[in-house]
Amino acid sequence: MNLNVENITVGLENKTILHNVSLTVRSGEFVGLIGPNGSGKSTLLKSIYRVLKPYSGLISLDDDNVYQLSARQNAQRMAVVRQESSVEFDFTVMEIVMMGRSPHKRLFQTDTTADSRICEESLERVGMQAYAERSFFSLSGGEKQRVLIARALVQQAEFLVLDEPTNHLDVRYQLQVMDLVKTLGITVFSSLHDLNIAAMYCDRLYVIRDGELVASGTPDEVLEPGLIRDVFGVETEVITHPRTGKKHVYFFSEALRNEQSRQEVKAL
Amino acid sequence: MPFIIVALLIGLLVSITFAVTLGSVEIKPATVWKIALSNLPLTNQWIEVDWSKGEQTIIWDIRFPRVLLGAVVGAGLSVVGVAIQSLVRNSLADPYILGVSSGASAGATLVILFGAFSMYGQFALSFGAFTGALVSILLIFTLSRIGGQNSTVRLLMAGIAISAILSAITSLIIFSAPNEHGIRSVLFWMSGSLAGGKWEYLTIPTLIVVICLIVLLAQYRSLNAMLMGEESAGTLGVNTVQFRKLLLVITALLTGVIVSISGAIGFVGLMMPHIVRVIVGSDHRRVLPVSALLGAIFLIWADVIARLAFAPEELPIGIITALCGGPFFIWLMLRSSYSFGGSGR
Repeated sequence: MNLNVENITVGLENKTILHNVSLTVRSGEFVGLIGPNGSGKSTLLKSIYRVLKPYSGLISLDDDNVYQLSARQNAQRMAVVRQESSVEFDFTVMEIVMMGRSPHKRLFQTDTTADSRICEESLERVGMQAYAERSFFSLSGGEKQRVLIARALVQQAEFLVLDEPTNHLDVRYQLQVMDLVKTLGITVFSSLHDLNIAAMYCDRLYVIRDGELVASGTPDEVLEPGLIRDVFGVETEVITHPRTGKKHVYFFSEALRNEQSRQEVKAL
Repeated sequence: MPFIIVALLIGLLVSITFAVTLGSVEIKPATVWKIALSNLPLTNQWIEVDWSKGEQTIIWDIRFPRVLLGAVVGAGLSVVGVAIQSLVRNSLADPYILGVSSGASAGATLVILFGAFSMYGQFALSFGAFTGALVSILLIFTLSRIGGQNSTVRLLMAGIAISAILSAITSLIIFSAPNEHGIRSVLFWMSGSLAGGKWEYLTIPTLIVVICLIVLLAQYRSLNAMLMGEESAGTLGVNTVQFRKLLLVITALLTGVIVSISGAIGFVGLMMPHIVRVIVGSDHRRVLPVSALLGAIFLIWADVIARLAFAPEELPIGIITALCGGPFFIWLMLRSSYSFGGSGR
């Protein structure tokens, strides 16, 4: 399933947040969106998953304008894993995952054994089958994220939107969640705050700053110190890791940089 | 799950039976059902009359409608509690705490005083209460959403403010009304009473409660999804704009109809869904029917206490529900797992 975003301008309360943004995610691709806090990453994702309607421009999945599809039709095509918001009501893991079947259900239609099987399979794929009857509250951050991914799988959508899926997770769970998403084999568009995670997993990257896309391409093309300095305002050194062949970004702290320049002055 | 429903149905039947027997005149449970069956069209020819005319009047004309009204009002209040909690995604919501009941009271008293909506005939009172409830829930909902969604503090502040204003307006209307308008007392509108239970007043509330319960049950998936947050619900295929409107109307309709017949009875809509969630979890397919049945049983017994505790004087039923509800609120606060609004968990 192809996502096409054409010249969208999005705003909130008379303030324009995204200016004229266009991007494409082709079937089967894993595309990342990187940019500093407040650059408009979440806003862009929200307009894609129909929470913030753009003032102008078009967002389409294959040939359908997402804003002309019903919520139900849209949920059959696109699943979303949002940053885990505080949920006050406790559900079991199975109940949460079963919610993913909603877009395939009519009024009064009850859960069938087929639905249960789909849910169990999805839980198995994310390695959470043993947790089906556990309370969602009792899970760790990584486990919650995996359950929400299972729910997205149960929607049987071909297109997956992830909003900073590794936020607040320990390193081990960050990798686990990303490995999992990578193996799903569906089209993914994800915002990411960790450049090295982006480099490791994404086929292509879009870079956003102040509501405008400033660069796009493969991680190899995009991740270079000049651009990172421009967009994130930090000094880096980017090398290609010998074992993975992927770009790796090293960050330099302000203090270290100051120290170095003083030494350079002394050396002169 | 079916076991809980069956157990609660039996409990409801037993509660109705005993609630009807209890009162200043002692009557045997068997007589209760003989009288009941003798008044139903299909079974009346099989029943032999072995009771006095007085017993017939007390049971059939006075106690039965009152107890059944208690069941309907209790079920309705619990269901509206579930609906409103899903609407604002906050388990502290309840039509009484948020001031929706006060809105209904204000609407109802205005109807009585000025004869507004007289074109609706006998439905005028319900319609007035519905309008009042709708206005207040819309106000609270809008106010609580300004600047950042889902803030418990905002919601409760809006609720307290609206509730205080509308209660004051209701009192003002009642005090300024000349007595000949037959307006019911402040106590009735603030604390509620089932004393007005008559067969002819039962039909509308029963129908509305049953219809709303069925409509909500049909939408149980959407209700569940709403608890995950409105935006998440949207991504799960819920048309949130429409669904929110449906919930607003159902909340106002149930509150309006119930308040116009029984006044503003507090805390039932808060307590029942909470207790039920502890027992059966958050899935609305279970929460809705179990809340309705438990609420019905609870209010029947609350009314029995209200009638008998200081007999022949009658307590406003709101005193009983508040005596249960207040400590319940404190218990909620002290529960270690509970943090208001879910922050800082």
